[in-house]
Amino acid sequence: MTQTRYSRSRSSDTEKENTGGGGGAAMRVIVPLQGVVQGRGGLVLGSIIPCALFYFLQFYLKRHRNDLDDQNNSNSPGQNSTTGSASSAKLAELPALTRKLSRGLPSPRSPRGPVSVSGRVSGIVKGADSPYYVGLRRVKEDPYDELSNPNGVIQLGLAENKLSLDLVKHWLAENAEQVTLRNGKELSISRIATYQPFDGLMEFKVAVAGFMSQVTVKAVSFDPSQVILTAGATPAIEILSFCLADVGNAFLVPTPCYPGYDRDVKWRTGVEIIHVPCRSADDFNLSIAALDRAFNQAKKRGLKVRGIIISNPSNPVGNLLSRDTLYSLLDFAREKNIHIVSNEILAGSTHGNEEFVSIAEIMDLDDIDRKRVHLVYGLSKDLSLPGFRVGVIYSHNEEVLAAAKKLTRFSSISSPTQCLLISMLSDAKFVQTFITINRERLQRTYALFVAGLKKLGIECIKSSGGFYCWADMSGLIRSYSEKGELELWDKLLNIAKVNVTPGSCCHCIEPGWFRFCFATLTEKDIPIVIDRIQKVSETCKLN
Amino acid sequence: MAIEIEQPRVGLSKVAVSKTHGEDSPYFAGWKAYDENPYHETSNQSGVIQMGLAENQVSFDLLEKYLEEHSEASSWGKGAPGFRENALFQDYHGLKSFRQAMANFMEQIRGGRAKFDPDRIVLTAGATAANELLTFILADPGDALLIPTPYYPGFDRDLRWRTGVNIVPIHCDSSNNFQITPEAMEAAYQSAESMNLKVRGILITNPSNPLGATIQRSALEQILDFAVNKNMHLVSDEIYSGSTFSSSEFISIAEILETRGYKDAERVHIVYSLSKDLGLPGFRVGTIYSYNDQVVTTARRMSSFTLISSQTQHLLACMLSNKEFSENYIKTNRERLSKRYDMIIKGLKKAGIECLKGNAGLFCWMNLSPLLEKPTRESELALWKVILNEVKLNISPGSSCHCSEPGWFRSLKVTNFCTADHELSSKERDHLERSRKKIKEVDGSGSSSRILLFSLQFLQTCFEVQFRWKKMSRTLILRWMKVIVEMSRYLRYRLTKSGRVNSGSLGEKH
Repeated sequence: MTQTRYSRSRSSDTEKENTGGGGGAAMRVIVPLQGVVQGRGGLVLGSIIPCALFYFLQFYLKRHRNDLDDQNNSNSPGQNSTTGSASSAKLAELPALTRKLSRGLPSPRSPRGPVSVSGRVSGIVKGADSPYYVGLRRVKEDPYDELSNPNGVIQLGLAENKLSLDLVKHWLAENAEQVTLRNGKELSISRIATYQPFDGLMEFKVAVAGFMSQVTVKAVSFDPSQVILTAGATPAIEILSFCLADVGNAFLVPTPCYPGYDRDVKWRTGVEIIHVPCRSADDFNLSIAALDRAFNQAKKRGLKVRGIIISNPSNPVGNLLSRDTLYSLLDFAREKNIHIVSNEILAGSTHGNEEFVSIAEIMDLDDIDRKRVHLVYGLSKDLSLPGFRVGVIYSHNEEVLAAAKKLTRFSSISSPTQCLLISMLSDAKFVQTFITINRERLQRTYALFVAGLKKLGIECIKSSGGFYCWADMSGLIRSYSEKGELELWDKLLNIAKVNVTPGSCCHCIEPGWFRFCFATLTEKDIPIVIDRIQKVSETCKLN
Repeated sequence: MAIEIEQPRVGLSKVAVSKTHGEDSPYFAGWKAYDENPYHETSNQSGVIQMGLAENQVSFDLLEKYLEEHSEASSWGKGAPGFRENALFQDYHGLKSFRQAMANFMEQIRGGRAKFDPDRIVLTAGATAANELLTFILADPGDALLIPTPYYPGFDRDLRWRTGVNIVPIHCDSSNNFQITPEAMEAAYQSAESMNLKVRGILITNPSNPLGATIQRSALEQILDFAVNKNMHLVSDEIYSGSTFSSSEFISIAEILETRGYKDAERVHIVYSLSKDLGLPGFRVGTIYSYNDQVVTTARRMSSFTLISSQTQHLLACMLSNKEFSENYIKTNRERLSKRYDMIIKGLKKAGIECLKGNAGLFCWMNLSPLLEKPTRESELALWKVILNEVKLNISPGSSCHCSEPGWFRSLKVTNFCTADHELSSKERDHLERSRKKIKEVDGSGSSSRILLFSLQFLQTCFEVQFRWKKMSRTLILRWMKVIVEMSRYLRYRLTKSGRVNSGSLGEKH
């Protein structure tokens, strides 16, 4: 079981074996190359090319060495990879022997290695060093405030919407205390304190289903009995990953994608992700041909693909999937007999004129393949309430619903929060106003921000939904590589003091793209941010 | 692959279709029976009475009183200070104020004999999630955890289902009041080794669910020594620590570590929750307290899958940081639980039923083996079915808790049918007495009549206990009379079938 779970590290093991005699192997390549080049282009080219090759090899090794070591450790059964000292690593190779030793030494004070933890621990400890988390930490240490800390870091890296918080705040101030515990009646705690269904109160499901159909402009009616509620979209995605795929299976994920998928889909489930790159040439639109290629490659590698995970509206790009694309996606899934997970957490945050089509709408019209489509939704984005932790799984597949229902035991929503939101969502007038005003504000802020970037010569892909601008800053990076991109990111964070998400975090294969979350900004903030970016962009251009 | 293409249905994972969630055991069947047909004092008097679910409602009046007086806790009120932070707050560290309040509350429960650092508190949506999360962190798929029996039936799901970890039972029995001994631990360890399983830890519940008793200091020392000797983790699930009848009776593993100067602390992890001690399972609040930095960091990251809503954190932070409230609550809750326990024990003794001597929790662990036809698991389940289906009472059989001895049952001592203003009248008492006599007349010492007599006594005891502390409705008594009628009918049916009594010899009528 452990072996299969870590199958992804196997390939890198073989890489390590190959590179074990790094220098020697490289020389074997370089020497004949030198001969070829010298024959034609003389000494200069003949030296530069092999040197460059060698440099890239070293760079590659340097980047991958840490990973390899970690993975090797986690492969040796039960070894604590991050604290594992050399001696304890040796002991772990002979687990039976260690245990005999323990029994031979009855004194509890006998010295021994640190107690080991599971292999899962190592993967995520590394994750903390990704630019995404480094940026978040910097903002936390030194947050921008117009008055008290005007030189602080401005947050453009976290996917949250502050544009319409005033509306929610106002509603809560008017109603919160009344509805949480009283529900218009005498205060009674037994209604909410005791065990409630783990997959959510039925009343709340009805309210959420109503809200969902409202954000799709009533194009779809959602059946509350097919709704499963979880403590945020993160567990919703993980639960689907647990339900749809076994350890070592894989999901296709078009990139650039939401950075959190690595955690949500893979971490505890042992499921793999196969990234399917979308290109700037297609405006990062989904291509079925690319999906097909990735599927076949996976098959050749012996990986079983169980499904596709799409985001619609997409995060980070912000484009919508057209009706046609959805139909061809469905055809593709049917042909390969795999699932589709459609993450529509931003469905209510569309702001362009383009029509948003939920995959649920297609399901309503075409019921052949309902069982393979599963929808993820949440109130964190569309209602600006990430702190309230409300996620949704919507599916037509009874088996998935039954399993997911049991799994919600591990991540259910607290009942006072459910009661509060039942009243909030049942207030039709509030909900309607909120959705409309929120869309207007998103649209205005988006337009202002994109225009600002345009003045600096930075182009964005046209976005119709979500809180992001997906900006092309490849003109400002020194080397057209991930390294160049991260250098620019570092400058933006430390010189311009804006925290943004580099494209590499979203697994974008083209370097130089950045995600700017504009929904955390007020209109006053926008010129400040643009000014700050300008400073960096000028120095980059000068260089 | 080829098979899949032939099938039009799209396949699911093993997690989704396998039965390792263990929810097909009698424990959950009893729940289902209750869910399908729950007792209600007015609308469904013939429904199942829930005695299997661990809910503590004895002190709700205190919670309600607090909230009545402190409305600022449940809302952000006008002006709503801190609202912006709260609605947007999705940091997996949890609200600082809430972690501080939790740490203080945990110290208070332990009489200040152990210290807790708020920075080591990881919040999860309930203890279920906390236990699963720890298992994910401490063990790889295929590894094993040792757990003393009888244990909480839900562990089969919480610790095994998604993690792929195995549970190896440490068998404890009634000969020493189900205490955990080094010999039993060693035997379990050996059996795990013989199955080629790598043992990563030992998980204890202290106070024990289902036993309702705390673990003694000497036993805790032995368990910790055992964990150290075998170089494995020790998870102490202390969710009932505030439900011991007095603070001095409960010794937390944290206290043992304190006296040992936190030596070997990095292998110890404590699970706590507010579901039992505060009676707030609907709020889904659990925590992991670990002395291991790496476990704390990882658990925090992993808690992204199981966060608590900021609104709930805010509400509870206000409530728990009110010293006056929390002190009074802990004290009163303890007294009430203890009194109920004494009464239940006394009542059951009248029916000839012995219980394990407990000092904590919401349960009593009853020995119904005199009612069994044969000392086997099958006959235990047969008895359980009769009690569930005929008497309509959901109690959990010991076998669902992996108890190795047949005949033990776990029952809640705190029932959740409540509210009215009526005492058993002398007429009703007479009625009960008559039913009792009738049962005896018909089938003096037969097994069915023993079951009925037990049930009668049990219900009466529950009723009396309930009445003292919360008033109970007249309708329940009527329903109860009906149960007796039904039971008599059932008995008559059984006896007629076995040809021992002529039909109609039982006089009970509507």
